[in-house]
Amino acid sequence: MSEKVEVVLDQICREVGNDRTRLLDILREVQHRFGGVSGEAVDLIAQRLETPRVEIESVVSFYAFLSEKPNGNVVIRICDDIIDRMHGSETVARAFESELGVQMGQATEDGKISLTHTPCIGMCDQAPAALINDVVVTHLSSDTARTIVAELRENHDPTQLVKELGDGNNAHDLVSSMVQNNIRLRGPVILTDFEPGSALKKALAMSPVEVIRNVKTARLRGRGGAGFPTGMKWEFTRAAKADKRYIICNADEGEPGTFKDRVLLTEYPDLLFEGMTIGGYAIGAKEGIVYLRGEYTYLRKFLESVLERRREEGILGRSVCGVEDFDFDIRIQMGAGAYICGEETALISSCEGLRGDPKNRPPFPAQSGYLGYPSSVNNVETLCCTARIMEHGPGWFSSHGTDRSTGTKLLSISGDCKRPGIYEVSLSTSLREILGLAGAEDAQALQVGGPSGQMVGRQEFDKTICYDDFPTGGSMMVFGPQRNLLEVVHAFLEFFVEESCGYCTPCRVGNVLLKQRIEKILDEKGEPADLQYLEELAQTVKMASRCGLGQTSPNPVLSTLKRFRSEYERRVKPATDGRQPGFDLSEAVAQAVNIVGRESTHS
Amino acid sequence: MEKVVTFLLDGEVIQGQEGQSIMQAADEAGKYIPRLCAHKDLTPHGSCRICTVLVNGRPQSACTQPIADGILVESETPKVNQLRTDIIDMLFVEGNHFCMFCEKSGSCELQALAYRFGITAPKYPYQFPQRDVDASHPDIFLDRNRCVLCGRCVRASKEVDGKNVFQFVGRGVEKRIAVNSEQGLKGTDAEVMDKAISVCPVGAILKKRVGYAVPVGRRLYDHQPIGTASEEETTE
Ligand SMILES: Cc1cc2nc3c(=O)[nH]c(=O)nc-3n(C[C@H](O)[C@H](O)[C@H](O)COP(=O)(O)O)c2cc1C
Ligand code: SF4
Ligand code: SF4
Ligand code: FES
Ligand code: FES
Repeated sequence: MSEKVEVVLDQICREVGNDRTRLLDILREVQHRFGGVSGEAVDLIAQRLETPRVEIESVVSFYAFLSEKPNGNVVIRICDDIIDRMHGSETVARAFESELGVQMGQATEDGKISLTHTPCIGMCDQAPAALINDVVVTHLSSDTARTIVAELRENHDPTQLVKELGDGNNAHDLVSSMVQNNIRLRGPVILTDFEPGSALKKALAMSPVEVIRNVKTARLRGRGGAGFPTGMKWEFTRAAKADKRYIICNADEGEPGTFKDRVLLTEYPDLLFEGMTIGGYAIGAKEGIVYLRGEYTYLRKFLESVLERRREEGILGRSVCGVEDFDFDIRIQMGAGAYICGEETALISSCEGLRGDPKNRPPFPAQSGYLGYPSSVNNVETLCCTARIMEHGPGWFSSHGTDRSTGTKLLSISGDCKRPGIYEVSLSTSLREILGLAGAEDAQALQVGGPSGQMVGRQEFDKTICYDDFPTGGSMMVFGPQRNLLEVVHAFLEFFVEESCGYCTPCRVGNVLLKQRIEKILDEKGEPADLQYLEELAQTVKMASRCGLGQTSPNPVLSTLKRFRSEYERRVKPATDGRQPGFDLSEAVAQAVNIVGRESTHS
Repeated sequence: MEKVVTFLLDGEVIQGQEGQSIMQAADEAGKYIPRLCAHKDLTPHGSCRICTVLVNGRPQSACTQPIADGILVESETPKVNQLRTDIIDMLFVEGNHFCMFCEKSGSCELQALAYRFGITAPKYPYQFPQRDVDASHPDIFLDRNRCVLCGRCVRASKEVDGKNVFQFVGRGVEKRIAVNSEQGLKGTDAEVMDKAISVCPVGAILKKRVGYAVPVGRRLYDHQPIGTASEEETTE
């Protein structure tokens, strides 16, 4: 056992007070320092934290950014989600493979550079994109792949790859990223100027109950996708009896096609932290946690610096704004590559240093959340809205949008459109207007709300994004007339298979079965009966799954069967000569021959 | 004093105590709700989803969902039983279940559920996964091919045995049961009399040298379907 490892691990564990609930921080740090969490490291951590080793192994094996096997010092993760594929990420991946002389999932011979795939990294508006360690590289091509590899071989320092800085705070010293904000349309509510402290001071002049009443009067509903009324969530959390409460910001932004929280975190961190502080005051929390997806590590130092500045300004920390009995601080919890951790109870598990398995409900987080304390989990955009409600009043807020869907919504638009990026629009905006704004008039289909949402066709483009028509977390993926929609469905199912936590049967197994049947149809081996098979299986997964992932993962299948049924029908053919179209006799014989170990006498 | 809660299960009035799950209350009333990951001596897990019922029309797992006054619970309906049948089917094709050779045959809860639901052959395609066998322990055999990921061993080891022999690793389809040692089961403090060893519903954890001890015809589910006992226990 190497002494160095032991010393370093000791220090890493001590830094978080050998606290078992901070395991994710420990593991991320070990992964960062050693390229992996070896069996030896697992044993050492287990000793320090007085936890069985298998518990540590269990957590390591859950997260995509943690590995037992050591990775290279440089890990290239190419986004292979549908939007990037449409922009040529497969060609880029091949270029990386040939330059490095490795296949996806392998490391170079000297062990220094690893190459792999990753689902959406929130850069769909500048696809194809990749993460190289924590550094984001965008607008990739085969050519850039070659120069990147050449440079990495030279200096093994991904930060050197950033030649031109992005706009706004992307150019900030602590970010230094090539990412572009791509803000295409600013609305009146969120993407306007903000004076740090202004909303908070107004909130602190009210009682916590009044703050909640204002959020309720504004009729704000959650922007993370589920649309639960925020004021009610705060009220429940406040009402739960406990000596501690937590406000948690969901900045996991994992739904493919969504990147609006990235832009808020980059350009409006004060608005977000202010919303959290207001929420903390309202529910009676002294601590807030921002759960930041691992893919956005490049923003971490910058966000820490904003928190630090707010402490210096007295709008965070002890006696916020001089209010004697209101202490409130925020810490950032980094994720480690798991879409499911965006689900609020899985997010809490992850914050507690556990596998990102969702929890059984009840109890709900508002009753018993982080470490068993009442917790309110709110999306980044939701919290920004609460600050705006304090700043301008609930009447002003609800004057935007419709009666039941107040305020504006940030949309992340990507895919086959001329102007991908962020749009702040009223909730009464129709899909057709949105496509017009983005320059995608010829769209064949619009995926509203990401893979877990709905695929919508031309006949419904006049519906709106309000909570009664097509509610959305903001992911809008445009598919032009040239796209094969079943391939899109297949890509979405691949994503869910990859990201299911595996806790419950219908989601763990059902999504694989759905994916396989779509493959059969794409391979021209489908028969009419497959449509009913898909429909029934999709219903079972939807109804019987334990959390929102499995309850929505069949949506790509169901919404295309409903709206694009001809895409299926023209690919399936009835069984002929008593054989299923998928049945390949010679293949079946070959399999049998292989098992028996001697040639068939019939061939 | 416990508060009495009254609700409807398939049209029948059931009374239970506040804090009970739908499954507990149903069991006490002699109404069997099919299950696999749940076990009366362990914390409910809510993972297999076979106990799915409709509560006021919404699907919930009966083993984790608390009872409440006036709720309408549907269990023995064609729609709900179809969900259960599909899930059992999934569990069969997900693993490698060679029932005809399995020591657990006849006493296996998965097999018994399949019989109860009239499944003779799965409708979903077999996945034939590659899974490891651990025969390292002198008295205990762990065959992951037959594991249904119910987590009973994990909970029994912690909650009853006061050990930590088992835990899950991996996620999604890659999820597997693992043991608390790099050397396999023999490197752990597992003992043959542990609750964790006897609680496995299938033939994934077996005691060595006692296989096929009960002759065919006298095994647990040879004469009556799974669930009958719990129905009889309380209805006599
Ligand atoms: C699989 C899954 C992933 C999710 N990912 C996110 C996410 O990345 N960001 C988010 O805000 N909400 C996400 N949610 C929704 C959260 O569970 C939760 O409803 C939300 O954070 C509540 O915040 P809101 O009320 O402000 O929308 C996800 C839900 C599911 C089921
Ligand atoms: S539906 Fe089930 S398997 Fe899928 S992510 Fe949720 S708990 Fe995990
Ligand atoms: S080994 Fe048995 S008890 Fe343990 S998870 Fe697998 S099936 Fe359940
Ligand atoms: S960054 Fe690739 S799809 Fe979002
Ligand atoms: S018995 Fe309830 S989910 Fe398994």
